[in-house]
Amino acid sequence: MAGKTLYEKVWEAHEVRRLASGQSQLFIDLHLIHEVTSPQAFGMLRELGQKVAMPHRTFATVDHIVPTDAREEPFADPLAQAMIEELRKNTREHGIELFDVGSGKQGIVHVVGPEQGLTQPGFTIVCGDSHTSTHGAFGAIAFGIGTTQVRDVLATQTVAMPRLKVRRINMVGELRPGVGAKDVILHIIRTLGVKGGQGYAYEYGGPVIEKMSMEERMTVCNMSIEGGARIGYVNPDETTFAFLKGRPYAPAEDEWEAAVAHWRGLASDPDAEYDDVVEIDGSRIAPYVTWGINPGQAITVEERVPDPEGVPDDEAALVREALEYMKLEPGRPIKGQKIDVAFVGSCTNGRLFDLREAARVVAALGGRVAPGVRAIVVPGSEQVARQAEAEGLDRIFRDAGFEWRYAGCSMCLAMNPDKLVGDEISISSSNRNFKGRQGSPQGRTLLASPAMVAAAALAGEVVDVREVLGVKA
Amino acid sequence: MEAIKQVRGRAVVVPGDEIDTDRIVPARYLKAVTFDGLGDALFYDERFDEAGNPKDHPLNRPERRGASVMVVGAGFGSGSSREHAPQAIKRAGFKAIIGESFAEIFFGNAIQIGLVCVTLDPEDLGVLAGWVEAHPEGEVEVDLEAREVRFGGHVAPLAIREAAREALTSGRWDPLAELLESAAAVRRMDEKLPRPGRPGGYR
Repeated sequence: MAGKTLYEKVWEAHEVRRLASGQSQLFIDLHLIHEVTSPQAFGMLRELGQKVAMPHRTFATVDHIVPTDAREEPFADPLAQAMIEELRKNTREHGIELFDVGSGKQGIVHVVGPEQGLTQPGFTIVCGDSHTSTHGAFGAIAFGIGTTQVRDVLATQTVAMPRLKVRRINMVGELRPGVGAKDVILHIIRTLGVKGGQGYAYEYGGPVIEKMSMEERMTVCNMSIEGGARIGYVNPDETTFAFLKGRPYAPAEDEWEAAVAHWRGLASDPDAEYDDVVEIDGSRIAPYVTWGINPGQAITVEERVPDPEGVPDDEAALVREALEYMKLEPGRPIKGQKIDVAFVGSCTNGRLFDLREAARVVAALGGRVAPGVRAIVVPGSEQVARQAEAEGLDRIFRDAGFEWRYAGCSMCLAMNPDKLVGDEISISSSNRNFKGRQGSPQGRTLLASPAMVAAAALAGEVVDVREVLGVKA
Repeated sequence: MEAIKQVRGRAVVVPGDEIDTDRIVPARYLKAVTFDGLGDALFYDERFDEAGNPKDHPLNRPERRGASVMVVGAGFGSGSSREHAPQAIKRAGFKAIIGESFAEIFFGNAIQIGLVCVTLDPEDLGVLAGWVEAHPEGEVEVDLEAREVRFGGHVAPLAIREAAREALTSGRWDPLAELLESAAAVRRMDEKLPRPGRPGGYR
């Protein structure tokens, strides 16, 4: 008999039953909530007269609307204040633990879960947020859900879900210097398409992934949804266990060995059967920058902005729409593209590893943020901020003219005061370059790695971070 | 919960592929603790300029007022999991969306609130879009039982994930009641499976 994938093992251990529709009722080990997609769910619960079934499996934090320039309450935005108050009320009323502002544990929900050790291999994890796939880096089956499903999890600790197919993505070869996890996932999305993952869970593996730190794996899994895959995961290994050991909610010393043994057994069997397998050569990847209005519209920094004349007919309309919105000239190199704003942060690239990468570039280059460029660094959590400050990273950023902020989602989706203005163009370590995503209906976004963002901030334009660091082969 | 077997109504074409949920409902409209009034936020930045003046958008055209079927392209609803997107579409009076393909989370969110999403093959979709553009008064019928879309004498086979079709036509698109039935089994799982921060789960 063929072996099983991690996805199958975890699914089978959590399937309560098959529903009449054919979907599975899936038990959820860990439910994460934040202020934007949960209040309506609590409202529905109240209307139905239901209680939270298992408050011990739900954890809350505030990230989307929280201001990052000042922490005094009331916040300048009364709507933001109202939403945070609602979350405080709901969590208090239902006995849910809240990592509130100033607790030392607040931050972007997908940064907080792993750093607290809440995220564990083999868990089913949901959150009303599409980037929940981040937690798959630990060998968890983690996916974003809508608010009605948040209600379902609060009321029953289960959701109705169709079982997905599994695509193994083998990242072979070796990354070249100056190329990182963000470049890997942008390359995967470009290769397989923004719709390529529909109906699939992505299992990332191979030497490139195995060598990555947990933080890099989180960056890869985070953007699975940008490739259309609701779930992306990496099999747990020594790197995973070492990351989790000693974290507040991780298994304690006396059962650590038992936990690790259990986790090891969850990894996909060597003879597991996949619905699809693709192999991608990591040695050929260069630093990426997006030029368009979806994350699949990405090119390496060595390439030119595409010309609609040169692409297949079915893509040409989307290329034209993107070029018109982005006000970019077809056929021009992306290198040298001027920028107005540089943003380091988000659940994709707002962890300590990412801030170190950006700071390393700033320190190596010396000098200051280019005149006329607004550059901000937003740590992913209060803990990340504390660690970065202990290492002096904040100094490096501040001395170079970056703003050093408090933790939150910030300019990734601009639900707080951090926004683009008019048709400003931003280079951003976040995950989405959609029209209007960064808060201005005409705002433009170039997605790239934290190192590329830092280098562009100093240069005032898109540069090849490998050239400025002197590592280009 | 009502069984949804057929949806019939006037239609509007919202052209373009990869229309993400940030475009369907810009993030600033998520700053609310209810879904009330979201219908007005639908495609806001595409329908109105920064001064609030209407732009040329299909949803602003007088002859499309009251449409209840939306015809879209491929990859509709990509990006953010915000249920605000299907909620806004539903609250703006739409009962069904016909497209080439839908993003996974959007599709699930829509079905759970009884908003029908079906796909046609690209050729049929093109014929439908052309017909709708030419016939603002014409009605489009989505028949989940016969598995077809009918308009102006045309019949096109529709596709929809079977579990979703079953849930809609049997009136079980909101699964909460069914999920609540297995409370005892779920409690046993809670006892058995490791829990974050609780000692002994792995022993």
